[in-house]
Amino acid sequence: GMRQLVWRFQVSSALKEGHVTPTELCQRCLALIKSTRFLNAYITVAEEAALKQAEESEKRYKRGQPLGVLDGIPIAVKDNFNTAGIETTCASNMLKGYISPYNATVVQKLLDQGAVLLGKTNLDEFAMGSGSTDGVFGPVRNPWSYSRQYKEKSVSKSHSEDEESNWVITGGSSGGSAAAVSSFTCFAALGSDTGGSTRNPAAHCGVVGLKPTYGLISRHGLIPLVNSMDVPGILTRCVDDAAVVLGSLAGHDPKDSTTIQDNFKPFELPSLPDVSKLSIGIPKEYHAPGLSSEILALWSKAADLFKNAGAKVIEVSLPHTRYSIVCYHVLCTAEVASNMARFDGLEYGHRSDMNKSTESMYAATRREGFNDVVRGRILSGNYFLLKQNYENYFIKAQRVRRLIANDFLKVFGGGVDILLTPTTLSDAVPYREFIKEDNRTRSAQDDILTQAANMAGLPAINVPTALSERGLPIGLQFIGRSFQEKQLLTVAKWFEKQVKFPMIQLEEVKRHNHDVFQHQKSASFS
Amino acid sequence: QPVAVEVLDHLEQLALVDFRDTEGVERLRKAIQFADQLHEVNTDGVEPMDSVLEDRCLYLREDDVTEGNCANELLKNARKKVEEYFVAPPGNIPLPTLEERETFLQGS
Repeated sequence: GMRQLVWRFQVSSALKEGHVTPTELCQRCLALIKSTRFLNAYITVAEEAALKQAEESEKRYKRGQPLGVLDGIPIAVKDNFNTAGIETTCASNMLKGYISPYNATVVQKLLDQGAVLLGKTNLDEFAMGSGSTDGVFGPVRNPWSYSRQYKEKSVSKSHSEDEESNWVITGGSSGGSAAAVSSFTCFAALGSDTGGSTRNPAAHCGVVGLKPTYGLISRHGLIPLVNSMDVPGILTRCVDDAAVVLGSLAGHDPKDSTTIQDNFKPFELPSLPDVSKLSIGIPKEYHAPGLSSEILALWSKAADLFKNAGAKVIEVSLPHTRYSIVCYHVLCTAEVASNMARFDGLEYGHRSDMNKSTESMYAATRREGFNDVVRGRILSGNYFLLKQNYENYFIKAQRVRRLIANDFLKVFGGGVDILLTPTTLSDAVPYREFIKEDNRTRSAQDDILTQAANMAGLPAINVPTALSERGLPIGLQFIGRSFQEKQLLTVAKWFEKQVKFPMIQLEEVKRHNHDVFQHQKSASFS
Repeated sequence: QPVAVEVLDHLEQLALVDFRDTEGVERLRKAIQFADQLHEVNTDGVEPMDSVLEDRCLYLREDDVTEGNCANELLKNARKKVEEYFVAPPGNIPLPTLEERETFLQGS
């Protein structure tokens, strides 16, 4: 009611009541994208198309016929989703200049709801990485690097040079999307999640990152990495918004036979969620080596919050957790080897000038088009798939996958409703530190807490929890039962209300009109 | 344990991707070493899992044409084409052998 409007300004109602128009909102977001270009969150900004969409939305509002809550809401999409008429690069030379002839189903669904597509966001090349640092367009910078909260805490000598080298990563691979939402340039963004690629950058950028159950949301048009684990991810500034976006995306897609056929009913979360009847599991194996003491303490505090609210909080065990990363490494590289085989230069994407034979042209194209990380995974994957290795590596990994999935089944079957874990081992590290280790090592370290949910296909969400001693976001993760997103998001919303995560104080944005900011700063659009 | 040159050569031909340098070869060796940890797990009697949706029936739609007629759209993205054909260099020519092709592995 009225109280909600005052306490948490809702952009959607603002649009409905004409306090702001879709074109104004779009223009302000576009301006903000320009002034935060140094973040390198966007690869392509579709300015003209976005303004046109905003105009159409405005006409609908004037007629009093908006398509829904998402009508006129500016959004961004990770650059591994096909977007008709807009370049889709996967941050790779292999697809530079590739203009998609179609929209991914999730993109189409958002557009059908009237959302305004501002542009495509930056990522690690082909979504391989956990830093959003390994794409051909350069690394994405975490907006929190420029926050007052971080600057106050840095051992700064206040030289602008030091500021330059102190910037921290967004995490990855959906770093561009996370940064875009975190810096207020859009209200929601699509990412993808194969090993944690939506939740990891969500944690580092202080936004909500939802990984839905495998099979709930269509992957049609999402350029595949690991077909048996990929899911589109949702990044927003609050849990309610994630529920709204989920509502518009979930459901069977005839174009993706791995989407389940069950009828999906969009849901609204209770305004006063109640967790007292729930059983929260704390998996002991998630107290992983390298987990920062800060995060450990926050995790413990969170468990106490639930206890004090009357929930049953118990320690549980997922014994095969530590093999999840190794298992992922084999299955991922194997599926990647297969998925990347389509890039041969013949029908789309980069094509080498080498013309001697089909095979040598393919080889040269792939030599020129893929970075080290991608090539490395292709070669490893092919190794594990060799006849002499197939049983010992690929099939072996598939057996271990079942053990990991069974671990979760046992725990959920034993009465636990939701698992509470950290999302990352630490807060975001400075870029110059991150690049000291190679991509595979980093991914192995950073995906450790998020990967198992992909292995088992379970829904999971990062909720921003508190700031670290360095003034950077720390998030905690909830993992739920298959297709129980409503319960998962209800718990996440309750937790979000408890922790009251602080808003980022971005100094750059002060230059803007205060009114503009009022709308964009709103945590939610729903 | 280093990987035999024959295997590396074989991989380059299968993958149509090159190792590029010692780093590339080392990357593979480390990847194998990492993957070897899988053998610590006892998987006796455990069936391989292809998909988390294995208990469900895969959806098959009716074999009806619902879209298409977009040859022009699709051809737009190809670099070399003639009328409605994608143009490929001559096929049936195997990749040159290790000794003959430009690969870092030649030195091994």
